[in-house]
Amino acid sequence: MTEPLLSIRDLAVAFRHGGGQETLAVDRVSFDIGTGETVGLVGESGSGKSVTALSILKLLPYPTARHPSGSVVFKGRDLLRLSERDMRRVRGDDITIVFQEPMTSLNPLHTIEKQIGEILLLHRGLTGEPARRRTVEVLAQVGIPDPQSRLGSYPHQLSGGQRQRVMIAMALANEPDLLIADEPTTALDVTVQAQIIELLRDIKKRLGMSLLFITHDLGIVRKIADRVCVMKEGRIVEQGAVERIFAAPEHPYTRALLVAEPKPDPAPPQPDAPMVLETTDLKVWFPIKRGVLRRVVGHIKAVDGVSIALRKGETLGVVGESGSGKTSLGLAILRLISSDGPIVFMGNKLQGLRFREMRPFRRDMQIVFQDPYGSLSPRLSVAEIIKEGLKVHHPRMAERERDERVIRALADVGLDPATRFRFPHEFSGGQRQRIAVARAVVLEPSFVVLDEPTSALDMLIQSQMVDLLRDLQKRRNLTYLFISHDLRVVAALASRLVVMQQGKVVEAGEAAELFRHPKSDYTRALFAAAFNLETAPAGVVAQ
Amino acid sequence: MEARLGAQTPDTTAVGPLGLAVLPAARRVALSPLAMRRWQNFKTNRRGYWSFWIFIVLFVISLGAEFIANDKPLYVRYDGKSYFPVFFTYPETAFGGDFETAADYRDPYVQKLIADKGGSMIWPPIRYSYDTHNLDLPTPAPSPPTWLLSEAQCKPVVERKHLHGCRDLEYNWLGTDDQGRDVLARLIYGFRISVLFGLVLTVVSSIIGVAAGAVQGYFGGWTDLLFQRFIEIWTSVPELYLLLIISSVLVPGFFVLLGILLLFSWVRLVGLVRAEFLRGRNFEYIMAARALGVSNAVIMFRHLLPNAMVATMTFVPFIMSSSVMTLTALDFLGFGLPPGSPSLGELLSQGKANVQAPWLGLTGFFSLALMLSLLIFVGEAVRDAFDPRKTYA
Repeated sequence: MTEPLLSIRDLAVAFRHGGGQETLAVDRVSFDIGTGETVGLVGESGSGKSVTALSILKLLPYPTARHPSGSVVFKGRDLLRLSERDMRRVRGDDITIVFQEPMTSLNPLHTIEKQIGEILLLHRGLTGEPARRRTVEVLAQVGIPDPQSRLGSYPHQLSGGQRQRVMIAMALANEPDLLIADEPTTALDVTVQAQIIELLRDIKKRLGMSLLFITHDLGIVRKIADRVCVMKEGRIVEQGAVERIFAAPEHPYTRALLVAEPKPDPAPPQPDAPMVLETTDLKVWFPIKRGVLRRVVGHIKAVDGVSIALRKGETLGVVGESGSGKTSLGLAILRLISSDGPIVFMGNKLQGLRFREMRPFRRDMQIVFQDPYGSLSPRLSVAEIIKEGLKVHHPRMAERERDERVIRALADVGLDPATRFRFPHEFSGGQRQRIAVARAVVLEPSFVVLDEPTSALDMLIQSQMVDLLRDLQKRRNLTYLFISHDLRVVAALASRLVVMQQGKVVEAGEAAELFRHPKSDYTRALFAAAFNLETAPAGVVAQ
Repeated sequence: MEARLGAQTPDTTAVGPLGLAVLPAARRVALSPLAMRRWQNFKTNRRGYWSFWIFIVLFVISLGAEFIANDKPLYVRYDGKSYFPVFFTYPETAFGGDFETAADYRDPYVQKLIADKGGSMIWPPIRYSYDTHNLDLPTPAPSPPTWLLSEAQCKPVVERKHLHGCRDLEYNWLGTDDQGRDVLARLIYGFRISVLFGLVLTVVSSIIGVAAGAVQGYFGGWTDLLFQRFIEIWTSVPELYLLLIISSVLVPGFFVLLGILLLFSWVRLVGLVRAEFLRGRNFEYIMAARALGVSNAVIMFRHLLPNAMVATMTFVPFIMSSSVMTLTALDFLGFGLPPGSPSLGELLSQGKANVQAPWLGLTGFFSLALMLSLLIFVGEAVRDAFDPRKTYA
C-alpha cells in the first residue's frame, strides 16, 4: 500500500436546524482507504458512521448540512471541492454505495434490467445489446441464478437477499474503485447475511477494488475487514489493523464493544413446573383467493401444525429464517390472528373465545414487539402508554396506585421514573424497548411473548436488554416465548429451542443439547451462519 | 439518526390554528414539540397567518352584530331608571307612550317622550338592524350610499326634517337594498350567519365523516366494501337538484338547510380518514394495544384518530369555505334562508336584479371574495403546518 485511494482528513459534518443551532454529527475524522483494502467503520447508531460515508459522496442534505473542516482526497482530487457536475461523474462510476434497506433502495416500478441499464447508460453510454450483456454479466457476478430470465423481474418478485444482490450488481456495474456498503446486511436474515458477506469478499478479491464497510456488528468486521475504525459520538476513537483491534483493544469503548456479546446463562428447563402454555397442531393458514367470486384456491401455511409446550419459569426459543412463521406463531398464541388447533393457557382453552372473552387472560399474557419505533404510540406520553393496560384490567384502581405501578415498572426496567411524562421520540431505541417491556410487565403477567425484542438494537444495547430480560424472569418467575433469528441472543436466554422452517418445526429440544448436536442440515446452516458467518450449501436455506 | 437531529424546537407558547388540538392540557408543562413545530410552520406562512387573524377579528366583530348595528339603543336612561333595550323588550308605555307594543326607538315620537323626561340614549354606531326599513330615504329604494347623494337629491328629506344638508342625514354607508334596508347592517349580520353556518356544517359533517371513515377503515372487509359502494352511489346523486327539490318541499330555515346540506357534505372526509385508518390499523402499537386487551372503540379513539386528525385538519378550512359557498348559492337562487334573513346570497341576487344599483352587487362580491380568500389562505397555512415534510424536516 503506497498511495491511499481515498484519504479523509479532519472531516467534520454539522447539521443546522431551526433557531440557528448546529449539531456536530461528525467531528474531525481522519482515515485512509488503500487500493484493494477493506476498511470497517464500526459504531452504534447515531455515532456518525453513515454520515461520514454519505459525505464522501456528498449525498447529505445540503445546505442543512455543512462541512466546517476537512478534505476527502480521492485519486488526488478533493471531492468536497468538486462541483455538483463533476461529483455526479464520480458517483456511480468511481465510487458506489449499497444501502441498508433492500426493500426501499430499488424503484418498485422498474425492472431490474432498466435499473442497472440506467447506470450503464449514464456513465458509459451503453445501450441495447452491450448494456444487456453487461447487465447479465454483473448479475451473474453477484450470484443471481439464471440472470438472463431475471432481467424482466420487478423488485417485488425477488427476495430480500436477492434484492441486496441486485443492489450490489448496480454498484458493481461500472467497476468502481471504491464500494461503500452502509450496513448492507442489517435488514437480512443471518443465513442470507452470511451469503452476502461471502459475496462481497469474493467480489472484492476478484475485482481488486476497495471496500468501506459500515456496520454495528463486530463479528462481521472481523470476518471481512483489513482495518477497523471505531466511531463513537462523531469521533474515531480507535483505528488499526483488525487483528490488533481484536487482540489488544486500547480504547475502553472498543473493549466494551468486544465484550458486548450476550452472555449465555439461560434459565434451566423446568420439567416439573406447572404447564403454562400448550398448543397441539396449531395452524395459521392464510387463504389465497382468486377470480371474480374470490374462491379459495389454496392456503399460505404460515404456521402448519406446530405443537409446543411451555412450563413455568422456562424460556422457549423459537428460531428460523424470516418467513418461517415464528412471528405468526407468537401472534396466534396470543389470539391476535386467527388460527386453528387447541391453545391451552394455564388450564384454560383459549381457542374460539371472542375478543371480549379473551380480555381477562390478556393480563397474564403479554407481548414485546421487535420495532421499538413502531410499537409505541407517538402521541402518548410514556406514563399513558404504560398505564393503558392498567386502565383496561384494573378499571377501579385509583389513579395514584396506577401511577405507583408505572413508577415501579419503569424502575424495574432500569429507566428513571421521572421521565415518564416524556414522549417516546425523546428516547433512544434501547430505552424505547425498555418502555415496551415496562408496558408488558406492569400488568404482572406470567407469560410474555418476546418477538425479536433485540433485533433492532445495537450490540451493546442488545446485551443490556438480554440481561434485563433474564433479570426480570428470575425476579418474577416469568415464562418467555422468545422469537428471534439471532441465535447468539437465543443462546443467552433459551432453556429449550424450537427450530422452524416454512411453518413447520424442524427440530426441537433442550437448547444446550441442540446447540451442541444439531441434527438437521437446516439447523446446522443456521448455526454456522449465526456463529461463524459461514454459508451453507445451496438448497438448505433461502437465498 | 437523521430524524433525531432536528428534535429540538424553539420554546414558544402557542395557540393553534382555529384553536384546535394544540391547547395545552392543564397539567402538561409544555406543548408537545410536534404541535409547536406546526405552529411555527403556520406562522411562517405570513399570508395565511395574517388572514387567520383578520378572519378571527372580523368574526368576533360580527358575533357582536347587535351591538354594532341595531335599531335599538344600547342603553336608555329614562325617569331615573336604566333600560337595556338590546337585551330586553320594553313596551312603549314604559316610556309614557300609548301602546302596549314594543317601543320603536327610531320613532321620533318615542325619542321625544324620552328626551322630554330628561332621559338619554346610547346608540350603537349603526342605527339600523338588518330588517330596519329606512323610512326617510331621499331616493326610491334601492338608495345609493348617503355620501354619494347630491344636495338636490337630499333636499326633500332635509327640508322635511329641518336639517341643513345631506351631511346631517343618518348615513347608509353602503346604501340600501330594494326594500330600504341598510346594506352595511345586512352585511354584518349576513357575514355572521354565513360563517356560523359554515362552521356548524363543517364541524358536524367532519364528525360524521370521520366516524364513518374510521369504522370503514378500522373494520375493513365487508363493512368497508358495502359502505364504499353506498358512498359511490350516494355521491353520484346530483346534489344541487336534490337540494332544490327538498328545499322547495320543506320550509327552509337555518337547521333545515343545515340538515339538507349535511346529507351530502359528510362524504368528503370519509375517503381520507378511511385511508388513514387502513394504514394505521397495521401499526405495531395498535397490535400492542390489542394485546393489552384494549377495546376497539378505545383503540380507534385514542390511538388511530390522532393520526387521521392531521389529514382532517388540513381539509377543514376548505370544507368550510365550500360550505359557505353552497349556502350563498342556495340563497342566490332563492332556496336558502327564509325571506328577510340577512344573507350574502340574497344580496347578490338583489344586485343582479338591480343593475342600476351597483353598490349591492359590489358589496356582495367584495365581501364574499374577501371571506373566501381569507379562508383559503388560512387553509393553505394549515396545510403547510401539518405538512410532514416540513414538520419532520
